[in-house]
Amino acid sequence: MNCTKCPISTKAVIGLPRHNAAFCKACFTTFVHEQVARAIKSQKMFSKDDRILVAVSGGKDSLALWHILLQLGYRADALYVNLGIGDYSARSHEKVQRFAETVGATYGATLLVHVVEQEEGAGIRELSNMLHRPTCSTCGTMKRYQFNRAAVEQEYDVMATGHNLDDEAARLLGNVLHWQEEYLEKQGPTLPASVEGFAKKVKPLYRLSERELAAYSVVNKIDYIVEECPMAKGSKTLLYKEVLNRLETESPGTKQRFYWGFLEKQSRGERAPASMEEKDQRTLHPCQTCGQPTSADICSYCKMMAKAKTATPQ
Amino acid sequence: MVVQLSHPHREVEIKGPKRVREMLRDLNLVVEAHLVIRGEELLTEDEVIADADHIEIRPVISGGSLQ
Repeated sequence: MNCTKCPISTKAVIGLPRHNAAFCKACFTTFVHEQVARAIKSQKMFSKDDRILVAVSGGKDSLALWHILLQLGYRADALYVNLGIGDYSARSHEKVQRFAETVGATYGATLLVHVVEQEEGAGIRELSNMLHRPTCSTCGTMKRYQFNRAAVEQEYDVMATGHNLDDEAARLLGNVLHWQEEYLEKQGPTLPASVEGFAKKVKPLYRLSERELAAYSVVNKIDYIVEECPMAKGSKTLLYKEVLNRLETESPGTKQRFYWGFLEKQSRGERAPASMEEKDQRTLHPCQTCGQPTSADICSYCKMMAKAKTATPQ
Repeated sequence: MVVQLSHPHREVEIKGPKRVREMLRDLNLVVEAHLVIRGEELLTEDEVIADADHIEIRPVISGGSLQ
């Protein structure tokens, strides 16, 4: 497979069926940077003057995000929340620390660290047990709170997270499956600082899939934690992502159409449609041939029968 | 070829040569959820893996809270 962008035939390192393209290392890095730049611009996320706080976990998405923002010339520091999940947290903390020293520092970027056990007196597992809440839910609340607090207290203009296309499509699928319409409003890639005490939150990776971000990390030698969080095993997110990836394999572009389509409808302000009666009264009128309701001049039945009459029998 | 897999971490032996696409299909793995790596190089689905190669199939999906 050759790069579809290079004028001379260069070996591709990744094929992207949803874009009908394949890229070599250099073109793929450019592609990823362009997608992020497009997300930042189209969703009015931030400017080169803004101070950005990136939420990092040691995983591929957040480290790739920090890497991309620094490469694109943004002023991006990062915050790591150590959740106290035994060896897993120790290893992810190490990955973040090393990235901050080897990459972040060369751009003058700073790493902030919050250790849950030090501040709350217990790790996330113990807290979940005490609260009788699922670990992922306790973890989500903890991270949202700490990242927001750090961004506000340290006066960052915006907080950026590494949520990717797969994360957003899986979340949308979950919300739609359970008809959690009240959550749909908060599913955009840019959430404003709606009230005092809330930082502006953005998701610059929403145009890129998890596979693309893992590939970006490999191509750019970003050392991230490959192993899955032991607490996430059996989570609904993984199930939704698996289902979406099966659909994506059969029909490339499914995840993109699902989530971006939702965003387009949201930006056009398409709320719940008018009642069926109102809609029908607005769009339907009598067929010129038979008088039955149709949205066209001649209804599909009359068109079909007219065609049948002129067709030659086989 | 020796194929290294994750979640859980393990190694399996597969007879080569074989295309990446066929190897993933044999292992019942979805392309969209995995990267295939030889050394430090990413392999595309049409690449042929030799019997002597050492390959890593890296899952790319991470789970957890739906935010």
